[in-house]
Order: sequence, then structure tokens, then C-alpha cells
Amino acid sequence: MVQELKFQVRESLEKNILEVEQVAMAFGGLMALINQNFRVKKGIIKAIIGPNGAGKTTLFNVITGFFPPTEGTIRFKGQAIEHLKAHDIASRGLSRTFQTVELFDNMTVLENVMVGCHTRIRSSFLATGFKLPQVKRKENKIKEKAMDILEFINLKDKFNEPADSLPLGEQKLLEIGRGLATQPDLLCLDEPVAGLNETETQVASSLIRLIREKGITVLLVEHDMKVVMDLSDEIMVLNYGEKIAEGPPEQVQNDPKVIEAYLGGED
Amino acid sequence: MLRISKLPIAIFFAIIICFPWIAKHIPAIGHYPDLMVFAGIYCLITIGLSLLMGYAGQISLCQAAFYGIGAYASGILTVRYGMNPWLCMLIGMGISALVALLVGAPSLKLKGHYLAMATLAFGIIVFIIFNEEVELTGGPDGMRGIPGLSLFGFQFDSVNKYYYLVWAFVFAAFIFTINIIQSRTGRALRAIHSSETAASAMGVNISRFKIIVFIYGAVLASLAGSLYAHYLNFINPSTFDLFVSIKLLIMIALGGMHQIWGAIIGAFLITFLSYEWLHFFGEFEIIVYGGILLLVTIFLPDGLAGIPGIIKGWFRN
Repeated sequence: MVQELKFQVRESLEKNILEVEQVAMAFGGLMALINQNFRVKKGIIKAIIGPNGAGKTTLFNVITGFFPPTEGTIRFKGQAIEHLKAHDIASRGLSRTFQTVELFDNMTVLENVMVGCHTRIRSSFLATGFKLPQVKRKENKIKEKAMDILEFINLKDKFNEPADSLPLGEQKLLEIGRGLATQPDLLCLDEPVAGLNETETQVASSLIRLIREKGITVLLVEHDMKVVMDLSDEIMVLNYGEKIAEGPPEQVQNDPKVIEAYLGGED
Repeated sequence: MLRISKLPIAIFFAIIICFPWIAKHIPAIGHYPDLMVFAGIYCLITIGLSLLMGYAGQISLCQAAFYGIGAYASGILTVRYGMNPWLCMLIGMGISALVALLVGAPSLKLKGHYLAMATLAFGIIVFIIFNEEVELTGGPDGMRGIPGLSLFGFQFDSVNKYYYLVWAFVFAAFIFTINIIQSRTGRALRAIHSSETAASAMGVNISRFKIIVFIYGAVLASLAGSLYAHYLNFINPSTFDLFVSIKLLIMIALGGMHQIWGAIIGAFLITFLSYEWLHFFGEFEIIVYGGILLLVTIFLPDGLAGIPGIIKGWFRN
């Protein structure tokens, strides 16, 4: 019995990178999330969709530690994280981007990605101030790593430009790159193609696919249905803070509840 | 990339080294090295404040309190207990660091005006303690008889000797701070300044970094206070009151907050204005300060250190 249970736990650990159990989030009297239960399998792209105000971004903020949930458990790589602060969660390998671009616009493109490497290569305040040789070595390593990421997202040429001088499409890519620099196992993308034109959208989509190929699990909030259907292995639909459907794209697409949520009921 | 070029630093400190010799030969500025000692002492504080405000974006209106803690630690421990001045200096820095930790941990969670109010209140409390603890601090009359500094029998007993001592400390603090700015820590601070949300999503422990720079600024201010006490051999509370905290703020606003050079330029300018060039205005000095600050914030939002950037911009067009 115990053996069997252990086996089950291990199996779920191997298969699921993120497990959300009975999570609720209330702002005063407003229930933004109600009884959320879902899992994210390792190595897939999972999309969360739903009408405006359905609670998608709130869910992201709860998972990444910006709002502690009112109730429930969130397990990342088998460990409970719902009580942790955002920076702790980030250093455990759960990274995110933001719906409205949140780049460090007082820095260059390269420096933005270098901040992403923050948790991976450490050095103390005193060692840094006295510029011990090891600090210089680590700094070079960070720069090298950041350059590799800029190459991956195709922004290497613009490494020395101020981040806020880039067009929106590239700013969104840079945010993804900065997220990748934290070496995440799970990357949460909040509307990565919002506001982008068709070409930019295609570039971003193929980048997200490449990220999955690298073995990084992607959790995606997006309104562009073409992109969602095209990229996702699994889709979850939220409405008024509740999950109303979950499954592969074809199944969700034809779910009457989903159609009702998007087009409005007839009653 | 943020790179602070080395050449201007080398030139600046070369001038600093030669300055007493130059001043000796020009009678009109013969007393300037004395003023430069004070400028150097202020530089130590503004360098820390610039890292805290300009880079990490956290306002502090209590630097004068740490300045005072350093001065009084040195004063009390040497005069009343006869301890070694260098040890007292270190103890003062330790006390300041501890106080900064205790004050900073709760108050750095505040933002903007609230943080300003909290630090302001702390500054006033410390000032009151300096005034009221008469047995320890001598109260409003101050403390006299604080010994000068000496190292291995070498007495820092002339203005020029003390000048080199103070500027050696400034040089060390300046280089240390530049190293911090151009590192992972500096990036984390600038990230916090730009977006706390995004910084914490990158794994930056925001409160930890804020507290670290707050402590660093407090330690530098404390060192400056000790150097002040041993130079003048006399301290009294009014040197460490709220107006001094504001004056320090004016220094970095005037010099330019977002560049470390601003701290040096501002400290110099305000020292010379208040000790030398503005004597003419007497009681109205404060109005002239206000006017200068107004003009700079309107026409030079990046402070005087921003002027080279503006000129470069002209040439590019």
C-alpha cells in the first residue's frame, strides 16, 4: 500500500512539473480564483485562456508568488511553493514574463538579460566591492551566458542598445530571453504576442516552440486563438475564476461551455 | 553597458594629490585644503547616498543621523573611555550598521513619501538623543577634547596631513562603490529602481539588497562622522540635524543622482558654497540654496554630472 503510494507520488513527480490543488484567491469579498485544480505535465506547452477578467493573470501571480493564495497548495517539482516569496520561486526555476512589458528600461538589452542570470551566479557584496579575481571571472561568465541567450532570441546585434529603444515585438522577445536567463524549468508567458503584428507573432511563436524543444515547460496566457491552437498541447479555460474546461485543443474548441463563455449564453 | 571610465577618475585623484601644493602657492586659495577636508567628509556620505538613492531608488532623510552616530561613537569612546580612536571608528561603523539594519528592515518596505517620512522621523529621534543625553554627549554644548588621529606614531596633526587621510578614504570608498555599481549587485539595484515586480521575478531578493545598500550608506556616513570628530576635536548636535540630511540630499540632486560622479561634484559645490562663496548672503543662504536646487531640477534633471551627456548629444546632432 505504502509502496504503491510512493510509486504514485514518484510517477506524478516525474510527469507533472506543476500541481495546483484547491487554490482559491480572494481580494476582499471578490473571489478571483475558485477551487483551482490542475496539473502541468513536464515538457509541454499549456495554454490558459478565458474572457477578460477570468482570472488568468491572477492565477499567474499566485503561481509565481506575487500574491499568496487565500487557500490551497501549489507544488513545483514536487515541493510546496505557495508560501514562498516571488524571488525564492524564481530561483527555484519558475520564471515569468508580464502582460505589459516590464523591462528594466534604464538598462541595455544585454544588462536586462544579465539581471536574469542573477540567481545562477552569486558573489558577495564585499567580494564585489574589493573586485576579487573570482568576481571578474563570474562577471565574464554571466556576460557570455547572456550573449548566448541574445543569440537564441536573435537580438545579439542590439546588445548595447537601451532596452526601451526596441520595438514592442523585440521588447517582448527580450522579456522572454530575460526569463530564460534564470534557467527555468517552467516559464510562464503572460500574453507574449499581445500587440504584435503578424510577422512578429510568427517569430514569437516559433521561439516558444524552440523553448519547448529545449525541454522547458511553457505555461501560456494568450488571447490570440490562432497562436493558442497552433502552439498548445493542452488548453485550460477559465471563466469568472473557475475552470470550465481542460484538455487537448480540439476537445476544448468544441466544448459547449467554452463556446457559451466566449459568445455569451442564450438565457 | 554601464561602464564608468577610469581616465577621469585618475585625473581627478591626481589633481586631489597635487592640490595642497598648488594651494600653497596661491594665497587667495591658501585655506582651500581645509575646506577640501570637509568636502571629502561629505563625499563619503554622498557616495553612499548616491548608491542608495540614485541607483537603488530609495530615499533617505537620515544620513546625518548616521554621520552623528559615527562622530559621537568616536567622541564618547575616546573622551570618556580613553579607547583607541581607530577602534572607536570601527565600533561606530558597527553600531551604525546595526542601527541601519534595525531601522531599515521595517522602513525599507515603505515606498516614496512614506520611506522619506520614516527616515526623517528616525533622524529627528537621533538628534533629540544627542541633545538630551547630556551626561554622555554633553548635550547642546557639545563635546570637546576629542583627540586627533595618529598611525604608528605618525600624527595627522596638520591640515594637509588630514587632507590626505580623508581623501585616501574617499578614494577607497569611491573605487569600492564603482566596483559595486558595475557588478551583479549594481544591476540588481538598478533593476529594483526600474521595476520591483520584474526584479523579484528575476530572483532578486529586493528587501535584502535595499537593506545592504542602506547599511553601506550608514557605514560610510559613520566613518565620515568619526573623521569629522577627530579633525575638529569638537562636536555638537547641530552638525547632525535634519537640515544636514537635507543638505546631503541637495548635494546629490545638484551633482546628479544617477551617476556616482554627481555625489562628488555635489559635495564639493555645496561645501564651497556654504563655507565660502555664500557667506555674503548670511541668513538668506537657505533661499539661495533653494533657488539653485530649483534651477537645477528644472533645467538639469540629471544634475551637473549630466552636462557632459547633454554636450555629447549636441555634437551627435
